Amino acid sequence: MGLTAEDWGAIRLTLELASLSTILLLLIGTPIAWWLARSRSWWRRPVAAVVALPLVLPPTVIGFYLLVTMGPNGPLGQLTQALGLGLLPFTFPGLVIGSVIYSMPFVIQPVQNAFQAIGDRPLEVAATLRASPLDTFFTVVLPLARPGYLTAAVLGFAHTVGEFGVVLMLGGNIANRTRVVSIQIYNHVEALEYTQAHWLAGILVVFAFLVLLTLYSLGNRGQVWR
Amino acid sequence: MSADVGDGIAARFHIAFPGFTLDVDLHLPGRGVIALFGASGSGKTTVLRCVAGLQRAAAGYLRVNGETWQDEAQGHFLPTHRRPLGYVFQEASLFSHLSVRRNLAFGQQRIPVADRRVSWGQAIELLGIGHLLERAPGGLSGGERQRVGIARALLTSPRILLLDEPLAALDHQRKQEILPYLERLHDELSIPVLYVSHAPDEVARLADHLVVMEAGRVLAAGPLSETLARLDLPIRLGEDAGVVLAGRVAERDERWHLLRVECGTQSLWVRDSGLPLGRAVRVRILARDVSVVLEPGTGTSIQNTLPARVDSLGADDHPALALVKLQVNGTALLARVTCRAAEQLGLAPGLPVWIQIKAVAVL
Repeated sequence: MGLTAEDWGAIRLTLELASLSTILLLLIGTPIAWWLARSRSWWRRPVAAVVALPLVLPPTVIGFYLLVTMGPNGPLGQLTQALGLGLLPFTFPGLVIGSVIYSMPFVIQPVQNAFQAIGDRPLEVAATLRASPLDTFFTVVLPLARPGYLTAAVLGFAHTVGEFGVVLMLGGNIANRTRVVSIQIYNHVEALEYTQAHWLAGILVVFAFLVLLTLYSLGNRGQVWR
Repeated sequence: MSADVGDGIAARFHIAFPGFTLDVDLHLPGRGVIALFGASGSGKTTVLRCVAGLQRAAAGYLRVNGETWQDEAQGHFLPTHRRPLGYVFQEASLFSHLSVRRNLAFGQQRIPVADRRVSWGQAIELLGIGHLLERAPGGLSGGERQRVGIARALLTSPRILLLDEPLAALDHQRKQEILPYLERLHDELSIPVLYVSHAPDEVARLADHLVVMEAGRVLAAGPLSETLARLDLPIRLGEDAGVVLAGRVAERDERWHLLRVECGTQSLWVRDSGLPLGRAVRVRILARDVSVVLEPGTGTSIQNTLPARVDSLGADDHPALALVKLQVNGTALLARVTCRAAEQLGLAPGLPVWIQIKAVAVL
């Protein structure tokens, strides 16, 4: 196989980044998706729009603002410095934060849709069967929203793997620390190493195809509620 | 109101929706089947949801057999999951991610063992669902799902059972399949059952107490026969105006395939449907099936002729028709006659007459 040790390092880093970001997104995204699905507050619309921003903004814009925010004079940068954590740009944790924001809509929207599809009735039924709201969330809502969670996890993971602009702006190109597959492909092409670029690019194409195939197979799971 | 079980149900709800205001003040018996009857949009389901706490009336008071569940004047509102009630929704509402067995267990396992008065075996036997336990809800017929839904509600050992048109989504055959189970509930449960319905035949068959609703208000409330015989209500019942009497199968006429049903001091002959002697039955006599004559008829095909006394006359929904309320030894019956006939016969309160009953339905 035509992969160098650096290529393998980029693949490992990409998988770590995507896994960690997806797990964090599922944890952070669940309460936000629940609130967006259930709230009748006026704030629902602006918050939904903010969550969806990464869908339309160029990744360089997100990367730029994150760089500024995490930089020595940014609010997040001052906080991390005050806590003795140093600065986040050009580090793996910085990339994780960037990925979480960049992939946010891809996780929140499927989960929110799943919550909305469940509707009020199962919650009311559970309440008449003595289940408290928290009990209902874990024993009724989460199991019924499972297809939405699968979609969210697959999309969030895949989208993070495909990330380029945010990483370039925020993480640079440090081998084994911030150099993910998409950056490595860029490096190969810049260096006119087309064979190596082909290997990595081909792997991403196959990966993307499998992801979409999985999604469309999940998509036909029919009704959530009967 | 029965005095033996708690102090019954007191419910006061006021909610204003755009274009609809619910305003009810009900005092209901603490046991038996109480039908909330009315057209769709009359607010009966909203009353049920208020009783369950699924809807919160800003001005509300609810007391069920001695326990206060809501008293907004004191800022008191018990959330639904703390109310010992069973609720059966109009459409099938089983959890699709759980088997029938785990649907049934969902409620039961959430109440303390000491509070479990309805046993697993009892509920399954009562609703006839033993063969369905391992199935998924998706594979059940509409009737089976509703039976599982009712059993699931019963397994929480509720102190009140709320049924929101449990038969509305079912076709005639499925209805006939479930009605016997509901009748058994009626006979075997000592808790009040609030039964929302817009079907007069269900009400006639199951209810002991009737609340008639219209446009968010209570039109009439009282014991079933008494309320059905009110002259100001039949207009809303249209073709279904009539009364329901409780009786017992007293005699079988083998030769003519007839049964004699004793209702109080009266006897009615009905077709022999194979019911055993002594069985308690309900019979329904529609106003349109009752005619009034001044002399007991000879040369008539009608088998049920009873002496009666005119109680009062009322208007019907068509100007040609009148409703006559009649007393037969303390039992009220309704007859639908033309106004011309009423005048020709000189019908007036107190007049002794004979009534001929063309059809008696055994429920």
